[in-house]
This record gives sequence, structure tokens and C-alpha cells, in this order.
Amino acid sequence: MTGGMGASGNNDDDDGIVLTEEQKRRRRARSIAIALALGALVLLFYAVTVVKLGPGVLTRPM
Amino acid sequence: MSVLSEGAALQSGNHARAIEPSLAEARDYFALMKPRVMSLVVFTAFVGMMVAPGQFHPVLAVASLLCIAVGAGAAGVLNMWYDADIDGVMGRTRQRPIPAGRVQPGEALAFGITLGVGAVAVLGLVAGWFAAALLAFTIFFYAVIYTIWLKRWTAQNIVIGGAAGALPPVIGWAAVTHDVALAPVLLFLIVFFWTPPHFWALSLRRCEEYRRAGVPMLPVVAGPIETKRQILAHALLLAPTGVAPFLLGYAGPLYGLFAAIAGAMMVMLALRLKTARSDTAAHAAAKRLFSFSLLYLFTLFAVLLVDHWLGHWPPIAVG
Repeated sequence: MTGGMGASGNNDDDDGIVLTEEQKRRRRARSIAIALALGALVLLFYAVTVVKLGPGVLTRPM
Repeated sequence: MSVLSEGAALQSGNHARAIEPSLAEARDYFALMKPRVMSLVVFTAFVGMMVAPGQFHPVLAVASLLCIAVGAGAAGVLNMWYDADIDGVMGRTRQRPIPAGRVQPGEALAFGITLGVGAVAVLGLVAGWFAAALLAFTIFFYAVIYTIWLKRWTAQNIVIGGAAGALPPVIGWAAVTHDVALAPVLLFLIVFFWTPPHFWALSLRRCEEYRRAGVPMLPVVAGPIETKRQILAHALLLAPTGVAPFLLGYAGPLYGLFAAIAGAMMVMLALRLKTARSDTAAHAAAKRLFSFSLLYLFTLFAVLLVDHWLGHWPPIAVG
């Protein structure tokens, strides 16, 4: 079983899609854009939370 | 093979390439959001927000504008997803990401839905669910009512569909006040009556492309003479609507004077288009009207904003 999976894995390596340098470059650019968008959302949600809830958000009664 | 079935074949061809590694760049996804339309949406929403009565924290204002921009972008993505067949046969749109094969239709659909749901949800949390509901309605109206239904069905497609593009100032106002009043309705009507002359001036020059794509734009269905007549009729409606905020006491004389002059120029350019004797003259007149109409809307809203900052817009009286 394990050997079969290993063989299958090897086949994937042999016959799988091999990205060209251009495709790798564009994938990297897309990944960076997603990371930047996520970072911007984190900052946005943090700022909105502070504005909506105010500085007293951490001093609530237990 | 009909034009639309060629478009369908184009889409199925894209589908067949779905297993190939994507060649899309980040800017292709940005292009799907129709950034030029987004800029108009953001600006008119910003003006609606600024002239609304009440306090609105700058961070919440920026977040709300971002949501409105992304919501408009979502509508643009869904429009490009559905219209990929039409875009593929028109010279102006052939190089858009989907017909050019850089973004797969399924990717665009998922992207558009994600953006739309995210924008509405975040706007609801930031500025209230009334503004979010208006944004959701705007996306639905543009993507479903206009794109899927009206655009391929009636020559009045952009007249009715123009309501989607006219709603952003109302959303901006609602983000601040959680309500709608007569003043934002006037801003809605200005954009609503501005849309037909603007797009028909463009479609007059692209008539043959729309005919090949099978889109029943007014110049294709009713001909150029009727189109020019309806452009003039809408310009005649637009001119007094543009002055209405001043006449009803919502804006000062600076805005009133500018709106009167700019509205008169819109009517004059529409009249020149209607009375153009040759095709060449009509082509040039349509181009002038299209360019001026863009300038008209941006400057009218900009002057309204300046007028407000000068203290002429009486926010307490609005409503």
C-alpha cells in the first residue's frame, strides 16, 4: 500500500504539471498580492474595532 | 455559428483550459473590477457621505468607501463573468482578462461573489445594515437585473440599469445617517439622467460592434436618429435636475451657477449631435458629448463638495 502510494507520488513528480519560469513568477506575484490584501484587511479591522469599541474595550468588568 | 454561440464556445474553450496553470496576474483581477467605473462610484459615494448631516469618524468613512468600492468592483467582476461572450467579439473589450484567456470564468465568478459578500458584510458592521442592504441591492441590480436580464433584452437597458450606477451617493449618505432623504435622491437622479446620454454617445460610435455582439443597444435597435433624439431628451431632463439642489435650497449660488452653465453645455452638445448633418460630424459630436459628460459629472459633484465646505449646504434642513 505504502509502496503504491509512493509510486503514485513518483508518477505525479514525473508526469505532473511543471510550471514555466513565467508561470512561477506570476504565481508569486499573485501570492504577494493576496498577502498584501490580507495584511490591509487586518489593519482595517483593527482600526475599525478600536474606533467602534473605543479604548475601553480591554477594561470591561469580568 | 451565431455571435453568441461563438462566445459560448469561447467560454467552453476557457473551461477546457481550466487545468492549465493560471497566467493571471494581480492586475488582471484588478482589471475585472472595472477600476474606472469604481473611481466614479467612490467619488460620488464620497460626496454623498460628505454632504450628509451628522458625524462620521474618518476611519469608518474610509472603511465604508472601501466597502462601496469593492462592492462596485464585485458587480464589475460578475458583469465581466457573464458578458465574456459579448466582450470576446467587441474590439474595445476583447483584451479583457476572461476573453483573453488569462482568467477562467469560474475563477472570476468565485472572485466576484467573494468580493460582493465580503463588502456587504463589512459595510454592515462598519456603517450599519441599511447602507449594506443598499450596497447589496446595487450589486444585485447591476449583476442580475442589468447584466443578465436587461442588457440582452431591451434597448432601454442602460436607462433602467443606470439606477445601479446612481445609487452610490445614496449609499454614502446612508452610511452616515442610516436613512435616505430628498437630498441624496436628487444626487441619484442626477447620475440616473446623466447615464443615457453618456453611454448612448459611446454606443453611437460603437454601433457596429454592438450589432455584431447581438446587444440591443438603442442605436442598433432604433437607429441613430432616434438615439440622438433620446440623448437630447435626457440632456433636457438632466440640466434642471442638476440645478435642483440649488433650487430646493440644498446648495448655494456657486453650485447653482455652475450646474446651470454645465447643464446648458450638455444640452448644447446634445443638440449639436442631433443636428449634425454628416456621419463624420455626428461621430465628432458624439465623441465631444461623451468626453464632456464625464467632465460634467465629476466637476458637478466636486463643486457640490466645495459648496458644502464653503457652508452653503444646510445639512439640518435636509430631510
